[in-house]
Amino acid sequence: MTVTLLHRPGLARIRTARAPLQLLCLGFVALVVLAALLAPWLAPEDPNAVDLGNALAGPSAEHLLGVDASGRDTLSRLVTGARTSLLGPLGVVAFSTLAGVAIGVTAAWRGGWLDSVLSRSTELVFAFPGMLLAILIVSVYGEGLLAPVIALAIAYLPYVSRLTRSLVLAERTRPYVEAYQVQGHSGLQICLRHVIPGIAPVVLAQSTINFGYALIDLAGLSFLGLGVPALTPDWGRMVFDGQSAIQHGYPLSAILPCAAIVLTVVAFNVVGERWADQVARRDR
Amino acid sequence: MTTLAIQAYRLHLPNTARPVLAGVDLTVEARETVALVGESGSGKSLTSRSALGLLPTGAGTEGTVRVNGDDVLTMTGDQLRALRTGTAAMIFQDPRAAINPLRRLGDFLTEGLNGRLAAGAATERAAEMLDAVGLPASVLGRYPGQLSGGMLQRVMIAGALMGDPALILADEPTTALDVSSQAEVVALLDDLQERFGTALLFVTHDLGLAAAISDRVYVMYAGRIVETGPAEALFNRPRHPYTAALLASTPRPDAPGGRLAAIEGRPPSLREALTGCPFAPRCPLATFLCTQQEPALLAVEAESARRAACHHSDRTGANDG
Amino acid sequence: MSFLRFAARRLAEMAATLVGASFVIFGAMYLAPGSPASFLLAGRSASPEALAAVNAQYHLDEPFLLQYLRWAGQILHGDFGRSITYRTDVSRLLADRLPATLLLVAMALVLVVTLGLLLGWIGAVRGGRTDATVLVGTTVAVGTPAFVAAVLLQGLFAVRLGWFPTGGTGEGFGSMVWHLVLPAVALALYLTGMLARVTRAAMLDVLGQEHVTVARSRGVTEYQVIRRHVFRNALGTVLTTGGLIVSTLLVCTVLVETAFSVGGIGQLLELSTTTKDFPTVQAISLIMVGLFMAVNLIVDLLHPLVDPRITLGARKATG
Repeated sequence: MTVTLLHRPGLARIRTARAPLQLLCLGFVALVVLAALLAPWLAPEDPNAVDLGNALAGPSAEHLLGVDASGRDTLSRLVTGARTSLLGPLGVVAFSTLAGVAIGVTAAWRGGWLDSVLSRSTELVFAFPGMLLAILIVSVYGEGLLAPVIALAIAYLPYVSRLTRSLVLAERTRPYVEAYQVQGHSGLQICLRHVIPGIAPVVLAQSTINFGYALIDLAGLSFLGLGVPALTPDWGRMVFDGQSAIQHGYPLSAILPCAAIVLTVVAFNVVGERWADQVARRDR
Repeated sequence: MTTLAIQAYRLHLPNTARPVLAGVDLTVEARETVALVGESGSGKSLTSRSALGLLPTGAGTEGTVRVNGDDVLTMTGDQLRALRTGTAAMIFQDPRAAINPLRRLGDFLTEGLNGRLAAGAATERAAEMLDAVGLPASVLGRYPGQLSGGMLQRVMIAGALMGDPALILADEPTTALDVSSQAEVVALLDDLQERFGTALLFVTHDLGLAAAISDRVYVMYAGRIVETGPAEALFNRPRHPYTAALLASTPRPDAPGGRLAAIEGRPPSLREALTGCPFAPRCPLATFLCTQQEPALLAVEAESARRAACHHSDRTGANDG
Repeated sequence: MSFLRFAARRLAEMAATLVGASFVIFGAMYLAPGSPASFLLAGRSASPEALAAVNAQYHLDEPFLLQYLRWAGQILHGDFGRSITYRTDVSRLLADRLPATLLLVAMALVLVVTLGLLLGWIGAVRGGRTDATVLVGTTVAVGTPAFVAAVLLQGLFAVRLGWFPTGGTGEGFGSMVWHLVLPAVALALYLTGMLARVTRAAMLDVLGQEHVTVARSRGVTEYQVIRRHVFRNALGTVLTTGGLIVSTLLVCTVLVETAFSVGGIGQLLELSTTTKDFPTVQAISLIMVGLFMAVNLIVDLLHPLVDPRITLGARKATG
C-alpha cells in the first residue's frame, strides 16, 4: 500500500514540500519551550524593572526589542512570559488528557449507566464554552492561574474522553483483546498494557492541538486581566499593555507578543495535525 | 456508420512503465451488443470510459476513439458535454455509489438533460423512462436510500436513456447486485437495447454472461485485445489461452465435474515494462517465442470474424474441457 | 417519527441541559470561600440595605434547592435580580446592551459564513497554488486569537490609517454598524479560517466519490457538479459546526468588545467579573448558554433537511 502511495505524483510532491514546514514548526516549539525553561538565564533584564523615563523606546543595543509603556524590557518579558504562557496550557492539557483518557476508557470498557452518564454530562459541558466556564469560575475565585486552568481542563475533558471512548470501542473488537481475556488477563491489565498504548498516539496528537487552543483561551483571559496576576509577565497581558502603546503610535511592544502567540499556536497546530495525519495513515 | 470505433488507441498514465492501453481496436455497430471481457485491471473500464472522454488525470492518448464518426479525444468541453448528454451514456457498476444519495431521483434523471427540455417536459420524459424500466413515476420524488439496489440500477438505466443515446456503455452493471436482480437487469438491458435501437457495449469480467447477452465479444488482457469473435464461436472454442482460462473459471451448468479452475498468477503490474506476450508468465502453452515476441491480433484460420493474439492459437481450445 | 415529535423531544432535551447549566451557574457561588452573602457583596460595605437586597434576591437563609428554584423562577419571569455594581435591574442592563452584541455577532456571522464557505470552495475546487494559499491563510487565521486580531486591526486601520473608529458603540444603527466593522472582522477571523478548512476538507472528500464522476459523465456542467453534488453534499458536515461557531462568537465578544470598548454584554461580562458583580455574571452566562443551545436546536432541526439519509430521531445512534 505504501508503495502505491509513494508513486502517486501529487502525494510525493506534497510530502517533500511539507516536511520542511513540519520541521520548522517542530523547531519553533522546541525554541519556545527552551526559552521558557531557561528564562531566568536568558532574560537580559528583570522583566518587571520599570523605567518610566525610557518608556516606549524603540530597539537599541540595551533593549534589543525595545521597551513597553512602563519602560520594561520587551525581550525579557517575552522570554519570561513564555513560562506562564506555556505552563497554563500544559496544565490544561495534562489534566484533561489524563482525566479524559481515564473516563473515556472506563466508559467504553464498562458501558451501561456509566457510559450514558458520561454522554449526558458531555452534552452539558459542551453547552459551556471553555472560556465562559473559566470566566464564571474566575468571577467566583478571583484572579490567578489555577482557577482558569482547572475550568478549561474541565471544558476540554469531554473532547478527549469522547475521542478515547470511540477509539477504545474500536480497539475492543480486535481479536487480540479477546485472546488476552481468554488467557485470564483482567480488563484493567489489558487496558493499561495494550489498549492505552495503542491509542496513545491519536490522543496525544489531539492533545497537542488542544494545547494551541488552551493557549489561545488562557492568553485571552489574561488579556482581560482575569488570568495571571497583574505583575506576572504573560503574552496575553503584554498584548493588553501594548494596546495603549499602539494607540500612542508605538506598535512594537504589542506586535511582538501578538506574533509570539500566533506563531506558537500555529506551530503547535501544525505539529499536532501532521502527527494526527501520520498516525491515521499508519493505521490504515 | 459505426457507432463506436476505437482505433490503435493507446493510453499512458504518469509514473507507469508501460501504457495502460496498448493499441486497442474495437468497434460497435449500430444496434449491436458487444461485450468487453477481462479481469479487473485489464483496462476494460478505461476503454469504455474513454468513449465518453472520461480520462484519468494526467493521461496521454494516441489513436482515435470515434463515436458516430466524431473523435472524442479531440473534443472541446462543449462538444464533450453534448456527447455525454445525448449521443452516449454510461451505466455504472454500483448504483449506490453512482447516484448522489442526497438528491431526489427525479433530479438525477433530469439533470443530465442540462436544460435541453423545459422542466415539465423533462419530468415527463423521466416518468416515461422510469416506465420503460418498469418503475412507477412516484420514484421521481424518492431518495436513493429508499430503493433497493436492483431498483436503483433500473433508475440508472432510465437515466442513461434520458438523452435518447445511440450508444450505451454498461460498466459491470450487474456486479454489485444480488443474483436475482442481476438476471432482471440483464434481461431489461437486452429488451431495451432492442426497443430503443441503441448500440450497447457491455463490460464484464464474466465470460458466460458476455456470451449470453452479446453478438460479439472482445477479450482484453493487460491493455490489449487478445481475442475477438462472435460470441457463440468464441465460447465454443476459444483461440487464446487466456480466453480458455477465463472460460474454465466461469461456472457452466453443462460443464462436467463442476470444478472451477482459477487462473494462476497475477496480471502484469503497470510498473513493469513488458516483453513478449503479456500472458506468457501465466500461460500453459508458453514457449520461448512467447517470451520474446508479442503476438499480433490476427485472423484465425478461415473464420474471418475471429481474431486472436497468440502464437499458438491453433493449439488452443482443441482439447479443452 | 414525525417532525413535530422530533422537535418536541429535542426541545425537552435542550430544556434539561439548560436546567443543568443554570444549576452550575447558580451553584458556582457556593464554591467561593466564605459565605455566599459576603461573596456576593464582595467586600463592599455591608450596609443593611445591600444585605437585604442580596437576601431578597437569593433567600440565603433557605435550603439550597429552594434558593435555586426561587432564582430560576424569577428568571423565567424576566427578573435577573439587581446588579450590585450598577445598582439597577440586570434585565435593564441587558436590554440596553444586548442589541450591540447581537448586531456584532450577526455581522461576524455573515462574514464567517460567506468568506468561510467561499474560501473552502475555492481551495477545494481550484487546487494547486490557490489551495496552498488558502491553506496557509486559514492556518494562520486559526492560530490568531480574537483579541490579537482586535489589537492588530485597531492599530492598523483605526490608529495608523484612521479609516475606522478606534472604539465605542456609536449612536443609531448606521453609526453602530460603522463602529462594529473592525470588531466584527476580529471576531470572524478565527472562525472563518476554521469554517474554510472544514468546508474544504468536506468538499475534497465528496470530490473523490463516484457519483461526482458519474455526474460529469452525464454531461452536467462543472459548476453544477460542484454546486449540486460536491458543495451540496459537503453541507451536512459544514452544518455540524454551526453550534461551535455561534458559541465561539458569543464568548469571544468578551474579548473583542473589551478591546474596542463596545458597550455590549461581552464587555459587561468582563466588567462585572472584575468588579465581582455576580448577579450580572450569572445572567450573561445564562443568556450565552441559552442562545448557544437555541442555535444547536435549530442546527439539529435543519440537519434532516440537508441530509435525507438522517431519519428523524435516529440522530443519537450516529452521533
